[in-house]
Amino acid sequence: MALDRKIAYINLSTREVEIKPIPLEMRKKFIGGRGMDAYLLYNHAPEGCDPLGPENPLIVSGGLLTATCASATARTHVMAKSPLTGLLGSCNMGGFFAPELAWAGFHHLVITGKADKPVYLWIHNGDIEIRDAEYLWGKNSTDTQWAIRNELDDQEVKSMVIGQAGENLVTYACVMTGIKNAGGRTGMGCVMGSKNLKAVAVRGTMDVKIAHPKDALEHNKKFIDQITSAKVNQIQGALGTPFIWGATNCWGGVRTRNFQYNQMEYADEIEPEAIDDIATETMGPHHMTGCFGCQVHCRAQYKIQSGLYAGKYDEGPEYTSLGAFGAEPDCKSAETVLTGNHLVNQYGVDNLEIGSMIAWAMELYELGILTQKETEGIDLRFGNDEALLQMVHNICTRTGWLGNVLADGGIPAAEKIGKNSFDYLIQVKGMNNLHSDERATPGLALNIATASRGSDHLRSRPAIDLYHLPEPVLRKIYGSPVPYDGPLSSEHTEYIGKPWQVFWQENVYMAVDCLGICKYHTVFLGATLPNFEDWPEVIYYNTGLEFTPKEIWDAAERCNNLERLFNLREGLTRNDPKKGDTLNHRYFDEPCRRGAPDVIGKKIDRDKFNVMIDEFYDHHGWDKEGVPTSETLQRLGLENEPTRLL
Amino acid sequence: MEKFLTVDADKCTGCRLCEQVCSVMHEGVSNPAKSRIQVVKWEQEGVYIPVICKQCEDAPCMNVCPVRAISRDPDFGFLKVDQEVCIGCRSCVGICPFGAMGYNPTTRQVFKCDLCGGDPQCVRFCEVNAVEFVPVDRVSAQKKRRGAARQSAAERQATALG
Repeated sequence: MALDRKIAYINLSTREVEIKPIPLEMRKKFIGGRGMDAYLLYNHAPEGCDPLGPENPLIVSGGLLTATCASATARTHVMAKSPLTGLLGSCNMGGFFAPELAWAGFHHLVITGKADKPVYLWIHNGDIEIRDAEYLWGKNSTDTQWAIRNELDDQEVKSMVIGQAGENLVTYACVMTGIKNAGGRTGMGCVMGSKNLKAVAVRGTMDVKIAHPKDALEHNKKFIDQITSAKVNQIQGALGTPFIWGATNCWGGVRTRNFQYNQMEYADEIEPEAIDDIATETMGPHHMTGCFGCQVHCRAQYKIQSGLYAGKYDEGPEYTSLGAFGAEPDCKSAETVLTGNHLVNQYGVDNLEIGSMIAWAMELYELGILTQKETEGIDLRFGNDEALLQMVHNICTRTGWLGNVLADGGIPAAEKIGKNSFDYLIQVKGMNNLHSDERATPGLALNIATASRGSDHLRSRPAIDLYHLPEPVLRKIYGSPVPYDGPLSSEHTEYIGKPWQVFWQENVYMAVDCLGICKYHTVFLGATLPNFEDWPEVIYYNTGLEFTPKEIWDAAERCNNLERLFNLREGLTRNDPKKGDTLNHRYFDEPCRRGAPDVIGKKIDRDKFNVMIDEFYDHHGWDKEGVPTSETLQRLGLENEPTRLL
Repeated sequence: MEKFLTVDADKCTGCRLCEQVCSVMHEGVSNPAKSRIQVVKWEQEGVYIPVICKQCEDAPCMNVCPVRAISRDPDFGFLKVDQEVCIGCRSCVGICPFGAMGYNPTTRQVFKCDLCGGDPQCVRFCEVNAVEFVPVDRVSAQKKRRGAARQSAAERQATALG
């Protein structure tokens, strides 16, 4: 039978392991991956638990389609209560870990407790072993992975690990696998560190059964052709995510100098073509690599050309590293971007969060809220590359007063720094935003304000809003599988219709996260890419499960509501500046200073924004406070949660 | 002209889709351990090399087989394992200089690349053409051209320096 992968409950305190099958009716309701993780978190995390306490479950998973014959289904999802936000913690990464976990016999791991000394999990063809990791403690993310391979004498072992940032409980530490695959957001690496869990190592040679192998194979070819024929993926396969850098910056959508500007002055120096040249020189003309089974191959490989780290190999940089080590601190050197990218990969820390934190500290320094006394002599002005990289080291190793304070995350740091430092922190629910500026795009602003894991572009962003697609095209995309005849606008600076688009995207992204598919293979950056209508076939051929597009939509909505219930239980309220669905005041008060004519001077209208939130809640069947009504819970079959069926 | 599978490791992105489709094609399951093609990696250097059976003329696997289970397909020229005959002794696994023979722990027999009977799926699915199924003379012509270009560039550079 297909879909015979299991769930394992591992208690690191008692060293007990329990293995259970996953009933098919649970698949129909929560599919797998992130959706099933949301079910497990809501059911296993005690209300109000300490994110760094032993009771916080760390949930690791692959998607429903992971390791089947479906393209680009390599995503690993990790969930727990977040030490950064105190709300939902959730991250997602590519690479080769999740398929290997499936070949080793598992789709979900629920890890609780705390080991009394550093350990790692060794999962091999159905067996789970807790092994000593004292010799690994202190190692960076890649050294840890190679050391485990050498110890187990198997170069095919895939590990999900933490670097020093996770060990040092930096609240936005990543989990890492391979060279650069990072489950970056919400500090899941910090949760691993709190459990003294250095790594989860997996190796599997067990068959993943395919329900209809010949059809699955043929369909996969069709699926890949659909994906690789999209121009956006072709260019992504040549330059990686930075391909969008130049256009976004010209137009005025790159957050610069914390939040002072929306366009970087020296963007050409670090634009993808410049980095592409460097990578071509150091790695040869074919320097792109990809995750398991993916033909988009969106990640560049490079060697740092000069400086302290000359000759070091790494992958990337992604758009976020251009923001974190380019626009935000206003540094204009490709060497700095590549070095910063290398450091965060090695330490295992969220590049997006650390870049935002340092840029925030730089603005506070220039305002005099931080002084040389707090920085202990570091001249933390914008454009100081050396200070930027020094702060990366200081935060990841918790060195110095400021490094230690910034390692705690934005809101605790603002409390320690004091004065009005919080006003300058570009966060939602305690997590910093991507290095993009949403003041000219209300739809995108609504997305970051309401994303379930805090300020984030990968939960519900209607990115295709920026393409000015004609209304009939928008209607075709956003009008199914649930009919919608309300307003839709091709104009990205508009407010009308955006709540529906954000709601629709939220369900699409939840669905791909449940299936284990990468977002570049759905309607994220390309309007022609697969969505609800395209998935029933691929699910059926590979697993034998029958879904209609509407049933996938319903399951996605169900899982999104579970995440909402978790957040509400842990203290989310609509207008709370620290835990709510709202934005930093600067979105409403400071107009964009740079950019194209349709961007310059723009800011978010507070009243219209509130109307958007109302409509957004309304589409969900939530009340004015953003709480699901009892009818909504009943419609989705959630009225009895938590049910503890798994 | 007889076609053969040729690998250009420089182009390989390391995604291992070839392993996935190969195991589904041959075994009806997804399991890279049962794939005829496997990508060997040095991740810390960004080097990925697909390894596959070369269908050798003087084939060690065929020569070593004590029960003559391995023979050459008269139509396509590939070496095939007769599952009726194979006794699972794994002599071929031990002797193949490329590591291209596999052992299936479920059937307890060996397996190898059979070019999918003339339409290799690894080639069909590899969008970057790191694996190709081409006539041997075309490969040597391409290699000649590339080698000559490199040599000529080096000579021009040497002249400029001199």
